[in-house]
This record gives sequence, structure tokens and C-alpha cells, in this order.
Amino acid sequence: MLSFMLRRLGTFIPTFIGVSIVSFLFIRLLPGDPILLMAGERGMSDERYAQLMTQFGFDKPLLTQYWDYITGILRGDLGISFKTKRPVWDEFFALFPATLELSLCAIVFAVLLGIPSGIIAAVNRGKWPDQMLMSTALVGYSMPIFWWALLLIILFSGLLGWTPVSGRISLMYFFPTESGFMLIDSLRSGQSGAFASAVQHLILPTIVLGTIPLAVIARQTRSAMLEVLSEDYVRTARAKGLSPLRVNGLHALRNALIPVITVIGLSVGTLMAGAILTETIFSWPGIGKWMVEGIGSRDYTAVQGGLLMIAVIVMVVNLVVDVLYGLINPKIRR
Amino acid sequence: MPLLDVRNLSVDFKTSNGQFRAVDRVDVQVDVGDVLAIVGESGSGKSVSMLAVMGLLPWTASITADSMRFDGLDLATAEPRQRRAIIGKDVAMIFQEPMSSLNPCFTVGFQLREALKAHLPLSRRERQRRAVELLEQVGLPEPERRLNAFPHQLSGGMCQRVMIAMAIACKPKLLIADEPTTALDVTIQAQILELLLELQKNTGMALVLITHDMGVVAETARRVSVQYAGQKVEEQEVQALFANPHHPYTSALLAALPERATTRRLPSIPGVVPGQFDRPAGCLFSPRCAFADDRCRQVNPAMAAAELGHARCHYPLIQGIPQREVS
Repeated sequence: MLSFMLRRLGTFIPTFIGVSIVSFLFIRLLPGDPILLMAGERGMSDERYAQLMTQFGFDKPLLTQYWDYITGILRGDLGISFKTKRPVWDEFFALFPATLELSLCAIVFAVLLGIPSGIIAAVNRGKWPDQMLMSTALVGYSMPIFWWALLLIILFSGLLGWTPVSGRISLMYFFPTESGFMLIDSLRSGQSGAFASAVQHLILPTIVLGTIPLAVIARQTRSAMLEVLSEDYVRTARAKGLSPLRVNGLHALRNALIPVITVIGLSVGTLMAGAILTETIFSWPGIGKWMVEGIGSRDYTAVQGGLLMIAVIVMVVNLVVDVLYGLINPKIRR
Repeated sequence: MPLLDVRNLSVDFKTSNGQFRAVDRVDVQVDVGDVLAIVGESGSGKSVSMLAVMGLLPWTASITADSMRFDGLDLATAEPRQRRAIIGKDVAMIFQEPMSSLNPCFTVGFQLREALKAHLPLSRRERQRRAVELLEQVGLPEPERRLNAFPHQLSGGMCQRVMIAMAIACKPKLLIADEPTTALDVTIQAQILELLLELQKNTGMALVLITHDMGVVAETARRVSVQYAGQKVEEQEVQALFANPHHPYTSALLAALPERATTRRLPSIPGVVPGQFDRPAGCLFSPRCAFADDRCRQVNPAMAAAELGHARCHYPLIQGIPQREVS
């Protein structure tokens, strides 16, 4: 197990270098000059422009810039954001809990609904529950996120007035952020109604962000279950006289989980991408919204730092998934 | 009253090309403590009829039977819950592929204790003790250590022993063994058969042995039922069957045994088992039968009398000679 994990960590390093290059180049390939954008409409003198170029190190060759960037990363320094003049590292981790909270809720929502739907569809293959669930999943998967979000806002916030339109908590409540997770902080604050308000604010973003992973997980669970249900050991489980719940939910599901947790791991990447849209629509103060703003103002350090951090998170999640394979199915352990 | 009494059982499979009849009007009776062998080549429906009894057929199968009773319970009309209370407890089954019949995700101990937990009111500690006892009973060395092993850490023979331990966990009245030795090495095959027969003798349970190996039949069974293309073509006591087969198919099968060969080349049965699309109009064996005439090719034969082994033949053999004048 240890050597397995070390080997996986070994593949980490080249991936990390690749991602750092891509994130470094990506923002520089975008047209637009960050220093001119900083100056605004009035522009600036040539001397001032040259001075700022030197200050930010843009006058050096690209390779040197990259070298400075990567050595900075190794020291745990992602640079200073042009816009806010604060370290990117601090900015990122101030906003990251909001995104993490939303992503976790979305993935829990997707898993809790997706896996049972997949099982039900597989067990009733070809019958109406299967057809209903799978066509719903297909609709969910094909729906553009922003449009789906707007539909839900119109229905639940506009017509029914059940949920708030944006933000993480009602303005009535104020308390210092401790963990950065609104659900935890609002509970800790002890203010009555704060937690309920935080939950209400989470509902729509969670559904919107979780819809695509939900559809993917449901379909993947179904197909993995269908394959497993025809296995000999499932017949053995039935031959023992076990209940269908135990046969399908334990004996079959455990074997079907490998491809399912693979897509769960991969959808973490989708969640991060989806968070950018979802956070923008719901004015959710997370890294998605921060990155969009960073791209808008050509905040090189913020965008490349943010991209790198997200990539690292996705890589770590998939590493965890690899380790989970061995825990779920001992045959894979080597 | 027999322990297992199945009459006129038919099983049809829905396929993309329409219905396919895998089992055609088969009767099976097994008495308490009986040993019945069901023989036939691949695709003769011998496994399917027993899977139907266990309720283990896939959803594409539809089952019809005049009667399907086990130990007083009508399996055809029983609620799924009633059925599950009997399956795995009073009637158990082991399968052809021991390696893939155990769940790779769980330890041997877990799967064994689960079988006990499903049917018997035992405490956790009692289940553990019984599990060790069962592994000892099926001849696995170091049972305590084996309980923590995963199936992929065991050999095929060991897996089959575990399957047998699981099947006899609740002391069943009937054990169905579906080609239990086919996937194993020849040396292991004999050991597993010996184990099954010993367990049968010691516990007095009935045993249905599904096989295509006539040698196995001769060594183990008390009664033999021969199936061909989904139909039961003959049923006799084992000595009588070997001495005086009444159906031409049985006779041809026995003639193909290497021990009985008198020529340098082994005798074989020409042709193959009819499939879904080339089922003959009359007797299903007629295209391959040495004695078939026009009547055989056009009219489906009924079953002959008990003293002729219920042979499904117009001209049952007596000492190898077709009885043309019988009917």
C-alpha cells in the first residue's frame, strides 16, 4: 500500500510541472495588458509604464519570469495580486472555504441521489423507473448550468419566494468568520435563525452545481450495476436467501463502486469549473467568482495561482480516489 | 411425498429473436436423502431447471409448471419473502465456477457468517465458531486464518470448499450441485466429489448433482435423469441405466465412454444439439439417432412406462434393441 501511494505521488511531480506551465502561459496568452488596464482610461506616461513593467518583472524574458514563479511556489509564495496588492495565497484561502462548502454540498447531494437512482434504474432495467430516471438524468446532464439556475431562481425565489436569490446568508446576521464555512460559523454564532438562513442560501446553488455530477453518477452507477448484477457472486448472494436490499445494495454495489468513485473524483474538476458559473449567478463569494474577476482585470498572479491551486486540489482528490480503489476492492491492492 | 416435486416444468427465455425454450416439460422428484444425478450436454437445460427451483433465473426467463413444491411449500405461488426463508437454508446450491461465485470484495469469513446470520438465530461469537467448524468440515486447513482471506487469495478447489461450507451452513435438506467440479483440476475434482458424498452420507441431506460426466454419475448417484435439448429423455436407477439404457441418446452417451470403447477410435454421436432455429418437428434426438425412422422425424414421442425408464422415445431400447412393436 505504501509503495503504491509513493508511486502515485511520483506521477504527481510531472503533472504539477505541466499544470504550472499551462496556468502560467494561459493568462499571458490572453490579449490585454495588465498594466494598461490598471491605469484605466486616462493612460499613463511611458516612464511610469516602464517603471511598472520593471516592478512586476514583465520586462524579463518569459523563461526567467517562469523561473521566478516556480521558485516562489516552492517557497509557498504565489505572488502578490496586482489588484488587491495582497498575497494570492491569503486571497485564495480566504475565499476557498466558500467554494469548498458549496462543492461539498453539491457532491453530497449528487452522490446521495445519484447512487440510489442508478441502483433503482439497474434493478428495474427496461421498466418505467429505469426509463424515467435515465431520461431525467439525460435532461439534467444536457441542461446549460446558467439557464437551469435562472429557471430555479424564477420558480423558487421569484414565484414561490422560498429561497433567497444570492449571497451566503441574510444581511440580518453578522458574526466573525472562524472556519470560513457558513454552516459551521452560523451554528457557532448562536444567533437564532442564522443557520436556517445559511441553509436556505445553499439550497439553490447546491442543486444547480450538483445537477451534472448527479446525472453522471446516476448513469455510471446504472451501467456499473448492470454489469455486476449478472456476475456469479450476485447469484450466490441470492442463493443464500438474502434480501434484495442486501444483494443489490451491498454485494453488487460494492463491486460497482469502482467506476462510480472514479466519476465522483473526476466530477470534482467539473465542480470547480461549474463553480465559476454558479458562483457568478448566485453572487457566491468563492474562488470561482474571484477567478472570473481576476481574468477580467488580467490579474496574472491571481489567475495563475488560482488555476494551480485548483489543479492541485483535483489531483489530490484523484489520488484519494486511487487509494479508495484498493479499500473498496482488495483485489486491486498490490 | 418427495422432498422436491416438480412437474411439467418449462422455462422460456426472451431473446432478441423471440422465445427460446430451455426446459421443456421436465419432471423432477427428489426424496429425502436421495442422490439424483442430472446428466446432459451443455445447453440441455439441466442447470436451468434447478435455477428455476432456486428462483435464480434472470428476468428474461418465464417459468411455467403444474407443480413446484419443496418440503410442503408451493414455490410457484410463494411470496418472495417465504421463498427467501427456504432458499439458502433448506435448499442450497453450489455452482460451476467457484472463483467467480465468491464476492471478491468480502472476506471468506464475512460471506460464510452472512449465510448463518440470514437464517439462524446465532450470536456473533457462535457464528464465528460455526464458521470455523464449517471450514474444518469441508477440509480446509487453518480455518481461522482462511476466514480472513479474500477469495482471490484462495485456489479454485479451496473456493469450491468454501462454497460448499456456505451451502451446508444451515444444514439444508437438499443440496444442488451444478457441475461443481467442471472448473477444477482432475485431482481436485475427485476430492470435491468425495467431500460432497461424505457430507451427504453424514448429514442425510438429499443431493442433486448436475453433471455431464458419466464417470461421475457412476461413482456418486443413486438415480440418474438424462436430459437432452431441454427435455428429460430417461430416468433410471444408476445400475439399471448403465446396464440397460432405454433411450438411444443414453445408449449413445454410454457407448462414448472411453472405458467402454472396443474400437481404436472412440465412438461419438454425430451432429450437434439442435438450437433455437433448427428444432426438428418430431423427436428432438431424431436427426442424430441411429434408429430413427419417419415417425420419429414427424411425431413427438410421449414418455414410455416406468419400467422403460420413462424414455421419451417411440421405440425404447431393451438391451440395445429398439422395440418396434411396443407402440
